[in-house]
Amino acid sequence: MTIVDTAYWQEATRCLGVGEVTLLGLWGEPGRIHMAILDDGIVLLDLDCADGRYPSVGARHAPAIRLERAARDLFGLEPIGLPDTRPWLAHGPNPTAYPFLPVDGEGLHQIPVGPVHAGIIEPGHFRFTADGETVVRLEQRLGYVHKGIDHLMHGATLEQAARLAGRISGDSTVAYAFAFASAVEAALGVAPPPRALWLRGVMAELERIANHLGDFGAICNDASFSIMLAHCGILRERVLRGAAACFGHRLMMDGIVPGGVAADLSAEGVAGIRALIDAIRARFPMLVELYDKTASLQDRTVGTGFLSADLARRFGAGGYVGRASGRDFDARRSIGYLPYDQLRFDVPVLTEGDVNARVLIRIKEIEQSLSLLEQMLDRLPPGEVRLAVEPGGRGEGLALVEAFRGDLLAWLRFDENGRIDRCHLRDASWFQWPLLEAAIEGNIVADFPLCNKSFNCSYSGHDL
Amino acid sequence: MLRTLLEGLRSPVTEKVDRGGDPELAALAAKLDRAAQRRLGRSLAIREVDAGSCNGCELEIHALNNAFYDLERFGLRFVASPRHADVLMVTGPVTRNMREGLERTWRATPDPKWVVAVGDCAAGCGVFAGSPACIGRVADVVPVNLIIRGCPPTPMQLLQGLLALLSAR
Repeated sequence: MTIVDTAYWQEATRCLGVGEVTLLGLWGEPGRIHMAILDDGIVLLDLDCADGRYPSVGARHAPAIRLERAARDLFGLEPIGLPDTRPWLAHGPNPTAYPFLPVDGEGLHQIPVGPVHAGIIEPGHFRFTADGETVVRLEQRLGYVHKGIDHLMHGATLEQAARLAGRISGDSTVAYAFAFASAVEAALGVAPPPRALWLRGVMAELERIANHLGDFGAICNDASFSIMLAHCGILRERVLRGAAACFGHRLMMDGIVPGGVAADLSAEGVAGIRALIDAIRARFPMLVELYDKTASLQDRTVGTGFLSADLARRFGAGGYVGRASGRDFDARRSIGYLPYDQLRFDVPVLTEGDVNARVLIRIKEIEQSLSLLEQMLDRLPPGEVRLAVEPGGRGEGLALVEAFRGDLLAWLRFDENGRIDRCHLRDASWFQWPLLEAAIEGNIVADFPLCNKSFNCSYSGHDL
Repeated sequence: MLRTLLEGLRSPVTEKVDRGGDPELAALAAKLDRAAQRRLGRSLAIREVDAGSCNGCELEIHALNNAFYDLERFGLRFVASPRHADVLMVTGPVTRNMREGLERTWRATPDPKWVVAVGDCAAGCGVFAGSPACIGRVADVVPVNLIIRGCPPTPMQLLQGLLALLSAR
């Protein structure tokens, strides 16, 4: 943590604007604004703003705009010069009274979608402006599942906060618990037993595989290729059942706790995961071949929903969104943390930037995760899996872990009684949602589900 | 290759479902009157509404459609509009920002209709209890007929809950 003055803050903003560094997060608390930046390492800047005002980062670096709108809604911090002053997470007493961007042009029509969508998905509003079938603009409105996480964290016990962190985005519960626990351990200066760290890796890769399988099937299904969804659904279900057998919960919620993991992995558990790896390897390559050989499917995914490398870089797009558009970043390797810094794996990167590239990145990552699982099971260190953690007094910690969607930032500070004073978790979706608006431009309305699913941003993780 | 792929689907993975379920669920279902049962018959059209969930419940509701649980074999299916629905399956602690959306969806669902609150958050706000951004339980916003607990409930628990709705006496 570095407490900075306004001049330093503005210099950091300039560096962000010209692309010398990458924005990792921006969040508030009463009277103070925080910014995390990726330079050679992670730099955390704190700016006191007793009068509740600070120079806007979004004024020169667009990726910060929604973050600043959110911090303003939550803590009343006013970013001076913010180009978009509409509320973001706070919808107010009349939720339908939101000033969408004005649209002016002959023959344009608008299609409002959501917040309640046709499928079983999270709520959000999409306002399409179309010229015939072609989308000329998508404007998102999010915040429908805003649950007040940052406020709930304030004053929470460590145990309450850990459970809450694991329920910010259910599909990434392992990654959230991993990031939260790592930030706690950084704040307290403790290291969990080695076996616990490796078991965290096992859970994290199972979660990644389950989600990538689900997405692979769902993306193909959105191109009316439902046999892929059926096959991937079976494989995904096998992963979740394996997780339940090994860790007592299908999504592995609360499996990672500050100080280690909640339960050890038995010898039967190890054998079960090995069998699972074999089962996926027996079936998955055929599905990939089917994807590769189905021209009608490729016709929908290749060239659709293009995201430029420049935008991916400027927004610091994490995960498959960034890596399909040339951004070679993976917190497991680029930042490096246990157990990954002791394992061999590739970080697949493509430059095509379309739906197909985001599918291919997922496919390659499933293969990498299977290999990581094998390596971890082969070398799982013996010993304890949990260290008693007793927060004694003030302390601050930060962690960046790679969730299936991309890098997930966790920051927290303890108060003098060992409770959580402030905690903020930033989902990769914050920087991916705005890019979806860019990726859909010029595509037909009917391809939106495909583009959307290829991003698969979290609503809950974003809305906090 | 086609043969191999079809093989994967042919070998049956579909689960048998024990309709016994848990006693709490059975008791709740029993409260649904005979008239409801007669009207629902053996088929239910379900509209899912996420009113603030972390998306964990949605993942497991999704799983109901996979080959293991194969929801449609029981005459249960998810529909795209509340206008087509008999049942609203609602998840999450209802957020301030989704209250209107939930109420409108409920109003858009034709009578007779039933509401199933899915998950610990929908049942009692879960870990989000006390948040100024949340209204409360689903029952605080729309009338609830059945509660399926769990964080999230497993697909089997969901299936048993829905079948309880069909077999209420």
